[in-house]
Amino acid sequence: MTGPVLKHLGETKLELGPATEPRHPWRRAEADGVVWLVLDCEGSSANTISRAVIEGLSDELDRLEETPPKGVVIRSAKPSGFALGADIGSFDDMAADGAAALLRQGHAVLDRLAALPCPTIAVVHGPALGAGFEIALACDRRIAIDGASFGLPEVQLGLHPGLGGTFRLPALIDPLEAMTMMLTGKSAHTRKARKLGIADEVVQERHMAAAVQAMLDAESDRSPGLKARALRFDQARALAARQMRSETRKKAPEDHYPAPHRLIDLWEEHGDDAQAMQQAEIDSFAELLGTETSKNLRRAFFLRQHLKEGARGEDGIAHVHVIGAGAMGAEIAAWAAVKGKRVTLGDVETAPLGRAIADARSVAKAAHLSDIEIRDALDRLVPDPNGYGLARADLVIEAGPETVETKRAIYDNIGPRMKSGAILATNTSSLSLDDLRDGAPEAARFAGLHFFNPVSKMQLVEVVRHAGTDDETARRLAAFCGSIDRLPVQLRDYPGFLVNRALTPYLLEAMVLMDEGVDKEVIDTAAIRFGMPMGPVALADQVGLDIGLHVGESLKAGLDKPLPDISDTLRGKVKNGELGKKTGAGFYDWSDGTPAPDADLDDAPEDLTDRLILPMLDACVECLRRDIAADPDSVDAAMIFATGFAPFRGGPLHYAKQRGAEEIAGRMRALASRHGARFEPDPGWADL
Amino acid sequence: MSRPVYLVDGARTPFLKAEGKPGPFTPVDLAVQCGRPLLLRQGFEPQDLDLVILGCVNVIADEMNPARVAALRLGLGADMVAFTTQINCGSGMQSIDTAFRYIRDGSHEMILAGGAEALSHAPLTLRQEAVEWFGQMSQAKGPMAQAKAMTGLRAGFFKPVIGLERGLTDPITTLNMGQTAEVLAHRFDIDRKTADAYAMESHHRLARAQDQGWLDDEVMPAFDPDGTVYEADNGVRPDSDMQGLAKPKPAFERPHGKVTAGNSSQITDGASWVILASEEAVEKHDLRPLARIVDSEWAALDPAVMGLGPVLSATPLARRNGLDLDDVRLWELNEAFAAQVLACLAAWNDPEFCREVLCLDGAFGQIDRDRLNVDGGAISLGHPVGTSGNRIVLHLANAMRRLGHARGIATECIGGGLGGAMLLEAA
Repeated sequence: MTGPVLKHLGETKLELGPATEPRHPWRRAEADGVVWLVLDCEGSSANTISRAVIEGLSDELDRLEETPPKGVVIRSAKPSGFALGADIGSFDDMAADGAAALLRQGHAVLDRLAALPCPTIAVVHGPALGAGFEIALACDRRIAIDGASFGLPEVQLGLHPGLGGTFRLPALIDPLEAMTMMLTGKSAHTRKARKLGIADEVVQERHMAAAVQAMLDAESDRSPGLKARALRFDQARALAARQMRSETRKKAPEDHYPAPHRLIDLWEEHGDDAQAMQQAEIDSFAELLGTETSKNLRRAFFLRQHLKEGARGEDGIAHVHVIGAGAMGAEIAAWAAVKGKRVTLGDVETAPLGRAIADARSVAKAAHLSDIEIRDALDRLVPDPNGYGLARADLVIEAGPETVETKRAIYDNIGPRMKSGAILATNTSSLSLDDLRDGAPEAARFAGLHFFNPVSKMQLVEVVRHAGTDDETARRLAAFCGSIDRLPVQLRDYPGFLVNRALTPYLLEAMVLMDEGVDKEVIDTAAIRFGMPMGPVALADQVGLDIGLHVGESLKAGLDKPLPDISDTLRGKVKNGELGKKTGAGFYDWSDGTPAPDADLDDAPEDLTDRLILPMLDACVECLRRDIAADPDSVDAAMIFATGFAPFRGGPLHYAKQRGAEEIAGRMRALASRHGARFEPDPGWADL
Repeated sequence: MSRPVYLVDGARTPFLKAEGKPGPFTPVDLAVQCGRPLLLRQGFEPQDLDLVILGCVNVIADEMNPARVAALRLGLGADMVAFTTQINCGSGMQSIDTAFRYIRDGSHEMILAGGAEALSHAPLTLRQEAVEWFGQMSQAKGPMAQAKAMTGLRAGFFKPVIGLERGLTDPITTLNMGQTAEVLAHRFDIDRKTADAYAMESHHRLARAQDQGWLDDEVMPAFDPDGTVYEADNGVRPDSDMQGLAKPKPAFERPHGKVTAGNSSQITDGASWVILASEEAVEKHDLRPLARIVDSEWAALDPAVMGLGPVLSATPLARRNGLDLDDVRLWELNEAFAAQVLACLAAWNDPEFCREVLCLDGAFGQIDRDRLNVDGGAISLGHPVGTSGNRIVLHLANAMRRLGHARGIATECIGGGLGGAMLLEAA
């Protein structure tokens, strides 16, 4: 909410000292003996640390070394933040050109920055990530503008810090905290950064210039803390490293994710010797850059960008009305409210509306909102038993029971009450949009908007068009996803759309395997070792066995291709009300939290993993052949961000291509002769 | 300029009994809870309002000027003027009256006027001695001075002062509100049984109104952040009977008093809003008003008999508008205490009282019970002080509409010796 006065006054301007003239990549100006170096990469709203930035800094250092000023201030001219890290797009070239040599040049520049005889202060607003943070670390002091965050997320790209982070951060703060930051890739926000000692001071932008002056006036040095000294001893580090390894293994097995393990090795071996650590960091980073894991994780990064591109633009949606306060409707409403939309949540019963409010508070807390922000989010989320919001909503999301009759009855009821121009979207996961569209008040402004459970964690949303959905509706829905920080993938109507189409054979095959006598732990372990975040049996439990059964049946009815038969065990569980996580037990007992099976696979069937994974790949090929998704990257992106499909494999189609389309088709034919026609490969394999 | 002013719509929260600890909602929370659905169901945009006025007696420290906090939390925009009114138990009607006059005089077109009160949040405060001791401690410089100041500490300092108790005690006469009702019961010869019978009827009427759905558009469910849903006024006792009401001991003047917890209003939390609009605004936004606000009146009298405030304010209001008792078909008279309501009825029916105090020729008349508080009152609903005046106006408008009556008066007694009254006509 911005009133006319603040609108007139505009955004708070960044204090750039005398460096007001734009210049790429560094603005330089001097006033009162203090040199301001302001990073201002051209052609982008955010700074990335490219070769030009490092070389530009090197040129500036030449002058600073020659005549050292009273102090140097480094900050960003971009309102969006300090810097987002290295230019990831350049990593492929870098790997090809001999990364180690390039890295050594970069290190040499930051070493010179660190060695300047005058005080150096980095002023950070917004995010300082990766190489951006590493430049700030090479300064003597850091001032955080409230809202700043610091992080070394390289591990998410299959790497570890490569511009000095591995030795400068552990030297600055508690080394165990430093390692945790680098191993998890998580950012430290302003207050945490101050507590850890990353930021020397936290100020508001309006006090920045005064804070810089005060800091330059009272420059003093410091010595490492007690813990840092203790960890100079090899034994203490070896013990700590052992603990880190066991924690890391749980989340990131070394075969799939080598980077965090290399980082622990580095620290254990060289944690007492910054120079050795620096050399080892360079060599290790150069090596990781060439691994398939890092290449594929970088691919996943660009796939996310690809989906984000599709979410650009104005959605024209200020008010969302969600119909149905079941698990999905409630969480869609909560998430939209947390992300700033005005939301009404309609249901005929008030009790589920009450639960929805309690859940929304949990979602808001988990999203790290402050108490006041939680209050505001809950103020924006209005339980609406009378459906008053229908007449005001720009978007109505129907999350009612999954039958065509109920949904049509809902549409008949709401049609006359909806605002003109409003979009009606259904969150159906199993019904055909073509069957529903006739009941919709306006077919052109009707589409599918399929969220995944839990909405606050699963980033993907399937935006599904039926034959009559107009382009503007699809575009606005995608933009809506972008505005609530979700990733949209545009699809055409198809049984199960893309993600459930691909997951269903995987889930059903797991149940066939159980009926054949394979332990559920063995099945799930095989999937996890392949790289899935969760095995199919646990996933079925998490989704809800009733929903799984419903989707399975509806897909079996809607698809030409054979799917595995639905197991009687599944039907029995649903009949008994053992629906999985939500009832406390399904195939697994969930009373102690999410199951984490880790079984011995020595006696597992030889074709176990392929029986689970290949039908999923096959369904992706089928969807591509039928133009359900626009291109292979959309398929891969959707599968990674909706199902967590092994990101280090770059997505199902990328994995299939790497492994070889012909090889997979052959393997499927062999499986078909052994287990039945459901394994016959799709004709699309020939064109992959 | 004197323009017609319409009461367009209104909504309130359920009135929630204070349970001996802070309830789930602050005054502003309550105002937001019922304000959101009220604004959602309007045909105009919330920003079309020009002003927000909210009555609130016990403002909490986190919500200074609760009207403004509520306006911002309701999304009415940074440029929405909002102020809070306080005239004790009349605050929620004072907000309507101020809005009424602004619109009537032509300076405003559409105003959101409400009342909000969370009596369960009324503060515990420190005793004056304790405050002084804290002051000395903070001024003491050095360990010696601090040690010396420390010796001044007395255990009794930390016995809290209960804000609600103080708030319900008249600072001039030192009578608490219940005692003023005892005075009236004595002066107008109201016995315990008659008061209890009145109270029982209040509960039965509210229960009937709830069952019949007569409050469905007026009472919006409230949802607390823990997921609990409050759907209806929860102080109601549908099975209230004379045996039950005979049980409680006198609450204020033991052992002989007649005023009990059973025949007094309940201590509750609740908020209420109404939307007032000029004729122009009604036409512009195609609104369907519930009623027209014709006139209003405030009166003052001895604090010890504040319960007669309705008589002192409503009578001149009716007379000024040329109305006899029979012309006013519906009355909402806030039920602070059964004895107080009955005393008002007795005073109106007393020719001498009416001649001497009200300057009438004779008795104003007997208000038929069928025309008075037809759907219950503060004894069954509760009395969130800053809200009640708003609620009785809103409910009067709704009840007039339901029953097809042309004219009604909402009136209340006000602690401190005041009375307020408002005259409505069918729109």
